[in-house]
Amino acid sequence: MDETRGPSLLDAIRDFSENASPLDFVLIAQHWEMFLTGIGYTVLLVAVSLVIGGAISLPLAVARAYRIRYVNQAIWAYVYLFRGTPLLVQLYIIYYGLGQFEPVRESFLWPVLREPLWCTLIAFVLNTAAYTTEIFRGAIEAVPHGEVEAARAYGMSSWHRTTRIVLPNALRRALPAYSNEIIFMLHGSVVASTVTIVDILGAGRILNSKYYLAYEGFLAAAVLYMLLVYLVTRGFRLWEWRWHAHLRPREA
Amino acid sequence: MDAVIAYLPAILQGTAITIAVALCSVVLAVFLGLLGAWGKIADSRTANTVTGAYTTLIRGVPDLVLMLLLFYGGQQLLNDLGFATGWWGYVEINHFTAGVFTIGFIYGAYMTETFRGAYLAIPRGQIEAGIACGMSGGIVFRRIVWPQLVRYALPGFGNNWLVLLKTTALVSVLGLHELVWESFTAGRSTRQLFTFFFVTLVIYLVLTAISDVGLRWLDRRYSAGVRRA
Repeated sequence: MDETRGPSLLDAIRDFSENASPLDFVLIAQHWEMFLTGIGYTVLLVAVSLVIGGAISLPLAVARAYRIRYVNQAIWAYVYLFRGTPLLVQLYIIYYGLGQFEPVRESFLWPVLREPLWCTLIAFVLNTAAYTTEIFRGAIEAVPHGEVEAARAYGMSSWHRTTRIVLPNALRRALPAYSNEIIFMLHGSVVASTVTIVDILGAGRILNSKYYLAYEGFLAAAVLYMLLVYLVTRGFRLWEWRWHAHLRPREA
Repeated sequence: MDAVIAYLPAILQGTAITIAVALCSVVLAVFLGLLGAWGKIADSRTANTVTGAYTTLIRGVPDLVLMLLLFYGGQQLLNDLGFATGWWGYVEINHFTAGVFTIGFIYGAYMTETFRGAYLAIPRGQIEAGIACGMSGGIVFRRIVWPQLVRYALPGFGNNWLVLLKTTALVSVLGLHELVWESFTAGRSTRQLFTFFFVTLVIYLVLTAISDVGLRWLDRRYSAGVRRA
């Protein structure tokens, strides 16, 4: 008895989803594995490029803020180039463009530069490093001068001044702006789907073109991105609460 | 280099379309932004809810996703509506309109926040003083609110404009023959994709540099009479 009722109820749901409801939810649910892969790629791309980009940007920001000659101008030019142009074109020039040169195609790097995933990672790292450099530079320059003077009066070397006084203070200050950069990176990562990577939007695009749909895949992608953005903002609020503990109003 | 010269007319035409998309959508975005800011500030629960949903929804979803959704889904919706009501037949949205509407709609949400912040920065007493002097709502807006709104909103507006300008590159994914699309086509047929994308990067840099100059000029104009430290 139960065995006949179970499938028929499922069939009814499927029939309703396909024919009556404006959106075919069952079809989206059936492809959950593809969307899960998509989430994996999006999170991987964003997380790896943020970590590497952040690590690169820190010394660059220090060099900019301390106005180290020649290096400062070179970093300025790099940041200006990457902040002034669309991420899509940066990705295209690395993925499609580099193959134009014979030496690149014959070098040992070609197996890497031929892969869309590596190209996307390179483009994202360079892009986020440029934006993060500006954020960190601003934060370093906002450290009160008196603190640096005090450190100098204590006889700290410039290395100690930077690592013990300036950077901990600056990174804490940079947190709100940096959380914005994470969201921007998450939003920007959708261009990966234009070079055949199956990120969240890539999964949505495949679903739509496979079944010739207009809404389902994109709507599912939109909801998933919103969920990720929500998680990031929530996480950062917690982190800020911890790191800015000294700024919290004192509890009675 | 010869290839670039040969394709220069196409590239320049693409640049013109990119600029046109950016300018049309920024006008729409400012309009929606003012409307949205008004809705957020207004004493109406409904207006607050609608504009709140608009800004959170738009700012939570990446622009390309929204663009594809509005381009393909919007077209489908229009046709379904037309079919259901019988008021209009098959419509096809062209790429330019779709691009302008989606970008304008997306950046309208960012502009809403910019304008709301700018409005809240105007000291409340000035508006009250205006009313006390017997000015009507329209005059208070034109003489007191607007000039200062522009001044306070300019930095945020400038940022939004620069991001918007770069977002127009995404319209090439929809198939609009703008700068990125043209250089992709030219690069593929000459097998010199790097050269053409490099030209594209330079053109975008020139556009942002020109915008910087323009925004600085506007800033000077609207901060006349403000003392700077």
